[in-house]
Amino acid sequence: MSARVGIIGIGQSNFQARRNDASYPDLVREAVTVALGDAKLDFDGIEAVVYSLSPDAMVGIGNAERIGVDAVGARNKRFLRINTGGATGISSVAAAYYHVAAGACDVVLTAGADKVGECGDSQTVLNKIWDPTYERQLPLGTINMLAMSAVRYMDKYGMTEEDMARVVVKNRMQASKNPHAHLKKPTTVEEVFKSRYISWPIKLFDCCPQSSGGCAMVLASERYIKERNLDAVWITGVGHCSETYYIGDRMGTGYTADHADAYALRGSFVRAFKMAGITKPRDQVDVAELYAPFSNTEFHSIEAAGLAELGQSPAMLREGQFQLGGKIPVNPSGGVLCTNAIAVTAMVRVAEIALQVWDRAGGHQVAGAKRGIASGNGGDHQFFGTMVVEA
Amino acid sequence: MSTELLMRQETWNITYTHALGETASWFYVQLRDHAKLYGKRDAKSGRVLIPPRSFSDQTLEPTTDWVEVGPGGVIETFSIVYEEFNGLPPPPYAFGYVKLDGADTAIGGYFKGVDLSDPKAASAKLKIGTRVTTKFAEKRAGDVLDFWFESDAG
Repeated sequence: MSARVGIIGIGQSNFQARRNDASYPDLVREAVTVALGDAKLDFDGIEAVVYSLSPDAMVGIGNAERIGVDAVGARNKRFLRINTGGATGISSVAAAYYHVAAGACDVVLTAGADKVGECGDSQTVLNKIWDPTYERQLPLGTINMLAMSAVRYMDKYGMTEEDMARVVVKNRMQASKNPHAHLKKPTTVEEVFKSRYISWPIKLFDCCPQSSGGCAMVLASERYIKERNLDAVWITGVGHCSETYYIGDRMGTGYTADHADAYALRGSFVRAFKMAGITKPRDQVDVAELYAPFSNTEFHSIEAAGLAELGQSPAMLREGQFQLGGKIPVNPSGGVLCTNAIAVTAMVRVAEIALQVWDRAGGHQVAGAKRGIASGNGGDHQFFGTMVVEA
Repeated sequence: MSTELLMRQETWNITYTHALGETASWFYVQLRDHAKLYGKRDAKSGRVLIPPRSFSDQTLEPTTDWVEVGPGGVIETFSIVYEEFNGLPPPPYAFGYVKLDGADTAIGGYFKGVDLSDPKAASAKLKIGTRVTTKFAEKRAGDVLDFWFESDAG
């Protein structure tokens, strides 16, 4: 196996609905400053930058990497913008990883930010991800796209709206211990049920917020880390897997991927696990940060990660297996359900897992966590990135 | 530093003229002129794909013959939207995916004729597996909004 790639610096905003004190590049710069401080580096120490930016229309600046280039100090350096929709952040960490693993660079920065709260209506933007030929005229958005996954998951495995509400209650409680989380107020199953329907069976409290904030990470080669005797955690598995475009192909007859499940996410985890030597994720994973912007999607993500058999995760969540203090805590940060600054959401998953295995997660630390997993989902449930991070 | 924080409102409004290509154009002409829906067969797997496309995303082979599908079908999934979104229809509305008879994949469309005022009752009427029939608009523009689905159970 080739030399490892380590994480040596992490920076996150305290995410919130709006940041009227900071322009878009200011917000990117804020996260970069924290990450560089964490790595004890200045801009001169960075050889390449991977810029994490999902659909431009969300920040309302076309090719916003043009203005972001200065916030990450990329003048005279290698620079790449990455966009795989919701998976953008983890794809960016992967691209930074590849720079180092390929031997092209020793120290790489990945960074970005989003200001979803400034977008008048993110579902207007997200309706535009459907093709204008056959599907745009339908009122498709990411909420009803995943509501239709919930309907199939309910029909297939018997998930209830109460099961969904339990995910919200768990994640909000965990977010209340995380100073970076956007929605930090604990809630109850009753409160979730009282919140209005957005797209049946998804209610307001089953949905992620529209967050503003940034995230940045510094990755370095094992040689660089060892020579300087730096503190680091290690990326030991990287996976990606994609799915075809049409939702209607994930149902009917003779299909391979059911829209109820996260079939290609499973494929992505299989690749990351193979690389990391994980054969029994239930026994070998201590903590997971899984991309799940709506409560129902946490279930099929847990199952795709191999932490439960298909259809079994609602019962296991009910038993407390996936909460802080349980067998394998899932989304101890509160997850995407409590914070979603789309361009960096999947990077935060990796950053949070790194903090966990580094024993630096603070109030939402999983005691003794040594190996964690992270995931990101993008497109209309199409582009899936996964990682294994170890102490 | 305490300063008055300013905002600026900006709007993107861009008009595109999209070419639909030969496959979708043929499909929409049949829909517009004859109120019929067709899928296209992937010769390698034998599956009939709708919406029709020029190649199969599973076998990656070009699709070959046209196959008329529907008007009957079965609900594969749905949602009922109760929230208003900019640029989308006023709520509530129900839409989802139907596997039409003779097709192997499902196509999206609205469900009409269901009282949506009670979410629980409405969702039971749109349950997966429910038989539906495709209805066509009197005046058709050659668009997916030219048709919708109604439950056979009423």
